[in-house]
Amino acid sequence: MEKKQKLDAKEGQRLLQQMILIRRFEEKSAEEYTKSKIRGFLHLYTGEEAVAVGVIQALTEEDNLLCTYREHGHALARGVDPNAIMAEMYGKQEGCSKGRGGSMHLFDATKNFFGGNAIVCGHLPLAVGMALAAKKQKKNNVTCCFFGEGAAAEGEFHESMNLAALWEVPVLFVCENNLYAMGTAIKLTHSVQQLEKKGPAYGIESAAVDGMDLLAVMEATAKAVKTIKEKGKPYFLVCNTYRFRAHSMFDAELYREKSEVEEWKKKDPIPKFQEFLLKGKLITAKKITEIEKAADAQIQEAIEFAENGTWEDTENLTRFVYSETESI
Amino acid sequence: MSDMIKITYREAIKQAIREVMQKDERVFLMGEDVGNYGGAFAVSKGLLKEFGADRIMDVPLSESGFTGAGIGAALAGMKPIVEVMTVNFSLLAMDQIVNNASTLLHMSGGQLNVPVVIRMGCGIGRQLAAQHSHSWEPFFAHVPGLIVLSVGTHEDARGMLLSAMQSPDPVVIFEYTFMLNLEKEIPADAGAVEIKKAKVLREGKDISLITYGAGVYKCLEAAEALGEEGIDAEVIDLRVLRPMDEETFLNSVKKTHRALVVEEAWKSVSISSEVISRIMEKAFFDLDGPVERLCGVEVPIPYPKHLEDASVPQVSDILEKVKKMLKP
Ligand SMILES: Cc1ncc(C[n+]2csc(CCOP(=O)(O)OP(=O)(O)O)c2C)c(N)n1
Ligand SMILES: [Mg+2]
Repeated sequence: MEKKQKLDAKEGQRLLQQMILIRRFEEKSAEEYTKSKIRGFLHLYTGEEAVAVGVIQALTEEDNLLCTYREHGHALARGVDPNAIMAEMYGKQEGCSKGRGGSMHLFDATKNFFGGNAIVCGHLPLAVGMALAAKKQKKNNVTCCFFGEGAAAEGEFHESMNLAALWEVPVLFVCENNLYAMGTAIKLTHSVQQLEKKGPAYGIESAAVDGMDLLAVMEATAKAVKTIKEKGKPYFLVCNTYRFRAHSMFDAELYREKSEVEEWKKKDPIPKFQEFLLKGKLITAKKITEIEKAADAQIQEAIEFAENGTWEDTENLTRFVYSETESI
Repeated sequence: MSDMIKITYREAIKQAIREVMQKDERVFLMGEDVGNYGGAFAVSKGLLKEFGADRIMDVPLSESGFTGAGIGAALAGMKPIVEVMTVNFSLLAMDQIVNNASTLLHMSGGQLNVPVVIRMGCGIGRQLAAQHSHSWEPFFAHVPGLIVLSVGTHEDARGMLLSAMQSPDPVVIFEYTFMLNLEKEIPADAGAVEIKKAKVLREGKDISLITYGAGVYKCLEAAEALGEEGIDAEVIDLRVLRPMDEETFLNSVKKTHRALVVEEAWKSVSISSEVISRIMEKAFFDLDGPVERLCGVEVPIPYPKHLEDASVPQVSDILEKVKKMLKP
């Protein structure tokens, strides 16, 4: 593909670095969970990295992002400080949500990163509203909202699609179709499993893309964002992907065969992209090792930052229930 | 006396589900991940194999849709058990429960029965943060037409569902997920329990500890500790939050002349508000001192353990409070 050739070495390496950082960050998080440093629910993004990285690189810093509880990768790709993310998962007040939210509720208003939403599909209407606000304020930004294929069965998905189309607001709906909602396979949750077909019913331009292929996701997102900006209308992008790990740390994975997971691992987006970079001479094997080492070092630093973080005083328990300013 | 057996809260619920499924062909279980995943909390593990997919129905993420469908099936002659994975998601089904299940009998002038049973996991204490730590017992207990049960003990885990399935009216059952692994002894032949009355779980003469759900074992533990210090506390498990049985706790208060109400739900407009109002209305002159309460602190539940613990009453808080109340 000619488009792929356009990627320069610097950008290619940056994107690879992001995917590797996310992969290793998640592996480390799992480790910290088994040590009980991270508690509550922990949902890992392993295997799906090309989606967050591919989509988010096409956005600007002014574009809003809303994600699910499986959002560490998106936060990292958006540039939220890994130290603050890890500290959040530890529950320390140095965390990006002051420790109040934990793994499922990463927020960083300075990065236009609006969570970290753990009620499935609850953030889609918010995304529509943020896009509506942008339209009313004549801003040129896009609001991008990630959610799973399971979420697309909720009423709020359908209401949001209709509202977005009706009001013609600049929202990018990104469905991360990893084939399962917890342990329930897509064939048990959707009567029409080519999810991209749901868009046109609402008058929304839609596309499906191989979510295991970074370059394909980048290309599809570029087109989506261009369409949204040109027409001021919503767009629905389905990224077909797979999670390599369990739904959360409580999942015994009774619902899928190990062989299925192994098959999907052959489509791992990271080696695939590495190979592309190597073939195009956009990277060397030595550079890849350097990137891996740098990612490990960065994660180690995040762990130390989180370890050294402090517990919020219990005296503060009822802070942030109401605002500390009188008016806004 | 029959033999006692050791059983987990989870196993007790599961045995009850199995029993009602075996007894009545019209019974089926529908909920997210009840089948292939084995139940979000492994309550229904193995039941899919035993009863087949027609009777153990995995449903899409569509709380309003499938809860409404459960209500519809009940209207049309079936006896569905709808499992809402956790109470947090019941908000999406609230319209169906409040506007349909609870009103149809009345609006139809007594023509339509809705014998649906809606079970939901609930409780605080697993560091799941604000969106996954709700105590909505007061919401549901507010609604005429519903029968609202809170499963505070293993005997009720075994027995409440059996009785609920006989009800001609909609029943909402709160099950406390943090108790699932907890083992207790119950009679080997434990079965249906009555679901109209509160229960005195421990007799005492100095003070009435009135509670439900997550507060039950905490109050029993506190009562034991108080006993060692010469304070004889009576413990009442409300069990049925609507229609509320006031007789049991009013009789208790008339005997002990003091009452402390303990619950995890937020204090304002709660179950304790109702209990205390009724004591004021009907037993005021029997009191030796003001009724007090320990409730959830009015804050969205934070993620870190120490703040979460500080958000709900602990055994130590109960001990401290009782001693203060009884100080001459
Ligand atoms: C409204 C609601 N219902 C149920 C849940 C419990 N739950 C959390 S994640 C999940 C599966 C979601 O699947 P999907 O949307 O495909 O996203 P994925 O986890 O696969 O990324 C479920 C059932 C929830 N958090 N919110
Ligand atoms: Mg999914």
